[in-house]
Amino acid sequence: MPRRKGAPEVNAGSMADIAFLLLIFFLVTTTIETDSGLDRMLPPIEPPTEEPPVIKEKNIFTVNINKNGQLLVEEKIMDIKNLREAAIAFLDNGGAAQGSPEYCNYCKGKRDITSSDNPNKAIISLKNDRETKYSTYITVQNELVGAYNDLRNREAQRLYNQDFVKMEAEYLNPETPKDTRDELKDKVRRIQELFPQKLSEAETSN
Amino acid sequence: MAKFAKKKDGDLPAVSTASLPDIVFMLLFFFMTVTTMKDSSIMVENNLPTANQTKKLEKKDRIIYIFAGKPTREYQNVYGTETRIQLNDKFANVNDVGSYILEERAKKPQELQNVLTTALKVDSEANMGLISDIKLELRKVNALKVNYTTSEGDAFNNLN
Repeated sequence: MPRRKGAPEVNAGSMADIAFLLLIFFLVTTTIETDSGLDRMLPPIEPPTEEPPVIKEKNIFTVNINKNGQLLVEEKIMDIKNLREAAIAFLDNGGAAQGSPEYCNYCKGKRDITSSDNPNKAIISLKNDRETKYSTYITVQNELVGAYNDLRNREAQRLYNQDFVKMEAEYLNPETPKDTRDELKDKVRRIQELFPQKLSEAETSN
Repeated sequence: MAKFAKKKDGDLPAVSTASLPDIVFMLLFFFMTVTTMKDSSIMVENNLPTANQTKKLEKKDRIIYIFAGKPTREYQNVYGTETRIQLNDKFANVNDVGSYILEERAKKPQELQNVLTTALKVDSEANMGLISDIKLELRKVNALKVNYTTSEGDAFNNLN
């Protein structure tokens, strides 16, 4: 006598194949998100009638890149490896005399009166040739941003015992809770005001 | 009597593969969550330069991409080997950049239109002349926030 069975079991052996197929499809059509880069603000186009502001020569740090990737910094040829140090020395100089309104009390530079008065006044001007390679340009940008980050890290360590870069990353991360972000906002702003990023990119010379 | 008969026929029992689909599904979900869809195929060479002072581009919906570089081999017969700009899925001229930005900007929701970033994904071998032209176009349409997209690494590697 045949025994009464339940419903026959469905063969699930091909389930793995189906799942593998899906897996491979997603592996092929997607990319792992790796986007990061150097953030920059471009200068707005000024109305031609406006007079450009007068800036003292000593507050400008000129960096020229030629088409072979060589650097001319403040009229002298410089190796790209020394650029960050030179930029830090310029930004952190604090040349204004003690007692004057521009005196910088957190600067640790040489206080050379022929170099920048105050980090607020110091401007880095970057010029490049049309034939400069993009990768060289990025290296120079990276070193200049690095100079600002080093100085900001130093101040953040002094004031809040934290690295500025870490604070900023946490502030910009959308997953950080809102109250932590509000708290960080003021700190990040304050450090940014101590060393504002003033990096001017003139139009390319030919 | 023979209720406990026939249990040993000598064969090894087959390993159960019933949990294999579960494992594969787990992998599948993992990849689905950590990856994003490729939205445009890249038609130019795109070896990004390296840099280490970078910031992450957090919100994908606020980014407009501009690619530039030499056309890849399959397009070289048609478009030559000179550095070209790629917008969406086609090659473009410098003076198309402005209208492209405006078009993309109009597609975004109102509240995001002022916080858009333009990500420049440019090949290391490109010349700055083209980049300067793109930057000038961006300034004309007031898209001032740019991000030079790079890969993570020591910046001095670029010089070799």
